[in-house]
Amino acid sequence: MNIATILDMAAEAFGERIGLVCGGERLSYAELRQRAWNAAAAIKASGARYVALLDVTSPAAPVALFAAAYAGVPYVPLNYRLTKAEINELVARVAPAYLVTSADYAKLVEAHPGVTLVDRAVFMALPDISGEPPIPGDDPREVAVQLFTSGTTGKPKAAILRHENLSSYIFGTVEFAAAEEDDAIVVTVPPYHIAGISAVLSSTYACRRMVQLDGFEAGAWLAACREHHVSNAFLVPTMLQRVVEHLDHRGEAPGLPKLRALAYGGGKMPLSVIQRAMALLPHVDFTNAYGLTETSSTIAVLGPEDHRAAAASSDPAVRRRLGSVGKPGAVEIEIRDDEGRVLGPEEAGLVFVRGPQVSGEYLSLGSQLDAEGWFPTKDRGYLDAEGYLFLDGRSDDVIVRGGENISPGEVEDVLLGHAAIADVAVVAMPDEQWGEGVAAAVVLKPGAAADVAELQAWVKAKLRSSRVPQKIVFKTALPYNETGKVLRRVIRQEFA
Amino acid sequence: MATVLKAGARFKSAVCDTQVMVIKAPPGEHTLQCGGTDVIAPAATGGGTLDAALSGETLIGKRYVNADESVELLCTKGGQGTLVLNGTAMEVKQAKQLPSSD
Repeated sequence: MNIATILDMAAEAFGERIGLVCGGERLSYAELRQRAWNAAAAIKASGARYVALLDVTSPAAPVALFAAAYAGVPYVPLNYRLTKAEINELVARVAPAYLVTSADYAKLVEAHPGVTLVDRAVFMALPDISGEPPIPGDDPREVAVQLFTSGTTGKPKAAILRHENLSSYIFGTVEFAAAEEDDAIVVTVPPYHIAGISAVLSSTYACRRMVQLDGFEAGAWLAACREHHVSNAFLVPTMLQRVVEHLDHRGEAPGLPKLRALAYGGGKMPLSVIQRAMALLPHVDFTNAYGLTETSSTIAVLGPEDHRAAAASSDPAVRRRLGSVGKPGAVEIEIRDDEGRVLGPEEAGLVFVRGPQVSGEYLSLGSQLDAEGWFPTKDRGYLDAEGYLFLDGRSDDVIVRGGENISPGEVEDVLLGHAAIADVAVVAMPDEQWGEGVAAAVVLKPGAAADVAELQAWVKAKLRSSRVPQKIVFKTALPYNETGKVLRRVIRQEFA
Repeated sequence: MATVLKAGARFKSAVCDTQVMVIKAPPGEHTLQCGGTDVIAPAATGGGTLDAALSGETLIGKRYVNADESVELLCTKGGQGTLVLNGTAMEVKQAKQLPSSD
């Protein structure tokens, strides 16, 4: 069940096929495997216990993913958008590590004992191994990938994905070599996101060429789709919204005759956006994919026929499915109330999932599965009579802004560091563009003064711009319950 | 020869190019053959001849199961031989293919 088998099979069946395009770089599956073998040898020689990546998307990401699998150590892509302090904290947690990076990010990493920094260009130009290729391990319980999540409280949690989780997902949902020779998928999700990992694994198993873009801008995305005759794409809702706006703003025809399938996920899709996208691209098959890091990616899909049926129906129960995340894929899903009772159709509660692709496990915290193997997603939702899943926000307080999870605690900590602030609560507010936005309720110290712009600038100086509250209200006190917990749902109503 | 099939374990045919990986199998011993001869460890050296009556071909990327689907193998390299588990030829499992989601 080792995920290196995925690349072995692609290289075995279609070694000469171009599997990866990035800028002017092109790699066949055989070349991709050779680089991964070479890197695995270097990783083993280094004595590292982790292969980390701190970089934007490039061919080094799939090479590092597979090299780690050949070498038998976990692959840990790090979020390069974190602050310097956050990055170094994570680097310290994975030492001894073989850390692949590029000049822009290498300068953020402080010297840690046991951390070997390897420039991306050097990593991709390692000498060919002499002798026999590495034989991937055969223990399905070995850890393949470790991803740091943005937790609700304090430190990011290290989610563990074992070879058996990722390979169950791929073997169970992707047909080997299903792609045609000239098919291509454009990959814009960053390497540290679960969708970035699953894109590499599914595309390689389908033998579908990946076209990597190291960032997202609607015009550049459209140009890349046209230039590379892209047939498949995955976007987070915010990206699809940008594409739709770009086309509408310019009044230009999409010019994407080769595009057949467009999947989206990672956050709530505004109905207006998907409706407009379907109108602009009537020949494209849209799929809504719902998944989590802890479930090795997609667990439910709303497929192309569901989209068309919902858009064309006059029955409100069918029409509203355009806002659903579809039916379970290779897993079981059930809804439970707060006491753990399984709920029936149309009853909203907590979403639980079970299946071989579900890891539900964090380093040091251990498995979060219950005795029957069910994982609490912490998403709220309900199923309709035909089993379509509708999501209804997070049961915890993470703000999901454009597919990016923002922990309120992180923003609150920064605001509490401001001399004028006595108390603060950060919550999600509805946002047409991002799905959710950041909002803050602030209590000033007696006699102190601060205005909204000042506090926004304060956050921006310490965190990324996505963390800056777009709305701030001043209160005389925050609502608390009897056990001293701030009542976020009351505060959220302020911004609804 | 009876062998234990553990998830993740790999085997190859002694008489053709076929290679398989175990996706799932119940505990206990099984007899797994390909092309009429017991499969061997990936690093072992094969030998013998392919049984013409058991050369129905095993295809890369296909999953092979027994009648109750308690045993499932993934063919990781194709070959001429037929996979036979405990005396019965294995069947191709129909994939539950989902719309491309990533």
